[in-house]
Amino acid sequence: MAEKKIGEVILEVNNISLSFGGIKALSDISFNVKEHEIRAIIGPNGAGKSSLLNCINGVYTPQQGAITFRGQTFTHMNSHQVAVMGVARTFQNLALFKGMSVLDNIMSGRNLKIKSNLLMQAIRIGPAEKEEFMHREAVEKIIDFLEIQAYRKTPVGQLPYGLQKRVDLGRALAMEPQVLLLDEPMAGMNVEEKQDMCRFVLDVNDEFGTTVVLIEHDMGVVMDISDRVVVLDYGKKIGDGTPEEVRNNEEVISAYLGTSH
Amino acid sequence: MQTTFPRLLMKHAAERPQAPAMREKEYGIWQAHSWSSMAMLVEHITCGLHLAGLTRNAHMVVIGANRPRLYATMLAAQSLGAIPIPLYQDAVGAECVFPITNADVRLAMVEDQEQVDKLLEIRDRCPDLGTLIYDNPRGLRSYAEPGLRSLDALIEAGRSFAQSQPGFFAAQLALGQPEDVAAMFFTSGTTGNPKGVVHTHSTLIDRAQAGAEFDKLSAQEEVLAYLPPAWIGQNIFSYAQWLCCGYVVNCPEEVSTVTIDLKEVGPTYYFAPPRVFEGLLTSVMIRMEDAGRLKRSLFSFFMDVAKRVGPERMNGKPVGALQNLMYLVGDLLVYGPLRNNLGFSRVRVAYTAGEAIGPDLFTFYRSIGINLKQLYGSTETAVFVCLQPDDQARADTVGVPIRGVEIKVADNGEILVKSAGLLKEYYKNPAATAEVLTADGWYHTSDAGFIDSQGHLKIIDRVKDVGRIQGGANDGAMFAPKYVENKLKFFPFIKEAVAYGDGREKVCVMLNIDFDAVGNWAERRNLPYAGYTDLAQKTEVYQLIKECIEKVNADLSADALLAGSQVSRFLVLHKELDADDGELTRTNKVRRGFIADKYLPLIDALYLGKTAQFIETVVKFEDGRSGSVSATLKIEDANTFAAVKAAA
Repeated sequence: MAEKKIGEVILEVNNISLSFGGIKALSDISFNVKEHEIRAIIGPNGAGKSSLLNCINGVYTPQQGAITFRGQTFTHMNSHQVAVMGVARTFQNLALFKGMSVLDNIMSGRNLKIKSNLLMQAIRIGPAEKEEFMHREAVEKIIDFLEIQAYRKTPVGQLPYGLQKRVDLGRALAMEPQVLLLDEPMAGMNVEEKQDMCRFVLDVNDEFGTTVVLIEHDMGVVMDISDRVVVLDYGKKIGDGTPEEVRNNEEVISAYLGTSH
Repeated sequence: MQTTFPRLLMKHAAERPQAPAMREKEYGIWQAHSWSSMAMLVEHITCGLHLAGLTRNAHMVVIGANRPRLYATMLAAQSLGAIPIPLYQDAVGAECVFPITNADVRLAMVEDQEQVDKLLEIRDRCPDLGTLIYDNPRGLRSYAEPGLRSLDALIEAGRSFAQSQPGFFAAQLALGQPEDVAAMFFTSGTTGNPKGVVHTHSTLIDRAQAGAEFDKLSAQEEVLAYLPPAWIGQNIFSYAQWLCCGYVVNCPEEVSTVTIDLKEVGPTYYFAPPRVFEGLLTSVMIRMEDAGRLKRSLFSFFMDVAKRVGPERMNGKPVGALQNLMYLVGDLLVYGPLRNNLGFSRVRVAYTAGEAIGPDLFTFYRSIGINLKQLYGSTETAVFVCLQPDDQARADTVGVPIRGVEIKVADNGEILVKSAGLLKEYYKNPAATAEVLTADGWYHTSDAGFIDSQGHLKIIDRVKDVGRIQGGANDGAMFAPKYVENKLKFFPFIKEAVAYGDGREKVCVMLNIDFDAVGNWAERRNLPYAGYTDLAQKTEVYQLIKECIEKVNADLSADALLAGSQVSRFLVLHKELDADDGELTRTNKVRRGFIADKYLPLIDALYLGKTAQFIETVVKFEDGRSGSVSATLKIEDANTFAAVKAAA
């Protein structure tokens, strides 16, 4: 297989610290993400992985440090602004509209791209209708890509968990993001669903050149699909490098993987 | 009428250029391809394949789901005088090696990454396979294998070639003769290597037209192409008859959307093996169980009416005025909406074949006004041998010989067929050809059967499978395993059955329960279970299955010929029989001998009178990895009945 092209640094996290009262969730974390790569964040429970993602995403504001995205530096991000800049995310505990169809859920991901106003959309006049066709086509391409054609009209709440995760990914993709943040995309899945999800993540990365930052518990998955891995433990960064480097890092082995045999 | 498939295409393109030839659902919308755009696509692929080195009489492999571009590629290969070989898209790599090497295939056109991976995996065993063309580029961007190229690029190259040499395509078409080989179909082969069944344009077209005449098919039909293109039946319904009649073939969006697409298309001409009809009925019944009380009672009341009146009405017999009125009310309230829900509102002719169909299942569809009929034929006979006329549809026969067919029953009970649609030969296998196609022109079907008093053909079993019981109370009695298995499988709770008894003193069976049906049954009885293996071994489930077997025994005891085939002992297997594990053929028929070898300890336990037996089995997952399942299986006895002496 031909090597894929990994570009320049697109996202940089500099000396971030975050605490909730007396609990230090993150202390002095720095790492970067390069364009087109798959970057994994791993660590034991409570290591601060989701907090880190929430800082990048603008849900939390770190007390110290800054985040640089495409050369622009921010001390705090706000989630709307992050989305406008082209960062999309999925959630560990799915945040889908359970009563709405798969199609409508993914369509909601197009929200930022829709230009006509609420009233025009409601009565579907001229440009609004044309625009809807355009967005529907984009959504259909995602449905095709994620192979969920059979569930287009099914309310999301009726779908099995593995498929809901796929819809969640679909909604994030609908934003046509440059950076995709995935919070435990394979959690709670069986082996087959995990394999499917891995393939979709790799395909997103390959077909659209989307940069992927993912949190994952499954070591096999992480080592197989990511280009570089950051390891957190108790809010501190204890390792950073290729899967191979991380696997041989003494500190990581004792903190996360257990002692080697 | 003497013609070839590519010429038929050009005829439609000239006569009705803008009429739709195929539709494909893509991005949620049905996209139509007109006959003229289809013809242009075929011309470009033809030129592209010519540039890629495909020559007259060479073979090429096509693997993929039903897509307009797949059928266009087959037409293009035929336009060049080459021979397309469709292979099953769910066959594992190893199964493709034999056809590819046997037919010296150098070029393959496949649908997507999955199929490309499959062929790359076996490439070292197929050294001649130089060119791989793929339709869908998804995931293949970074592949750098030699000879791998996209269909888009091939079409593009073909387009510029066609512009520079505008007469090339027409000249190639003119070279094609009706007696040329049109396609080769590999039979699934219950034993040994598969055999390549060679058909010419004239054999396929002759049968396709005979079938079309029989049912008065026109260009107005709508067909849904959802069965594997490698199967000759699919080829006849969505290719040969498509080109003969000029109707519209609709390609579903995905395998998983077939039931949705069926409703949207509303086909007028439909084919499905019995298991598809069974699956649809099971899903209706399961949903009915969960419906409200009013709906349930309406359903059961009007289904009783339908059972009494429906089949008679379908067969054109008079029914009383009151009965007729009741049926019409039922049609308004139940049958019509049900047909609509199943996607059968517009069905004019529906066929089932390949396996015996249960009488209840068959009657159900006829009673709600669907013209379901049976046919008889095989790959070797280009499908159409016997068909049932609209007013003579019956569950236990397969119809009357149609135009151009002669039928004879040999002394050993074997059905012999003569028609213009017989295979030319088995490819590179004169010994096998001589075995089935004798010098006097008869094709030996290896099916045992007879022609009944109304001129309908009735099939009992494969000639070689009909055995004898040896020893015990029924010494010397006839044993027809498939007949017994089919009777068992007619129960919705039993998915598969394998019967043994030839050369033994009694009949024993191994079963698969239907996980959906039995699972639902168990849930309604608050019977908890962890999975298939657990459910299969429940005492209650054994009791349920035992009742089914005893009903079959009672039924068999009424048949003087087959009373000795009653089932004495049975067990429910711990895993579902699967084609990936070699237990079923790709067309889902049980491979009795293979299963007997694989589960030898179980067979021994059945005949030694044990009440339980431990077994461990290796299973293959869809991704090619394997694991194992083990369980201790219960074995139980079933009551048999004394043979009822025929009164007359």
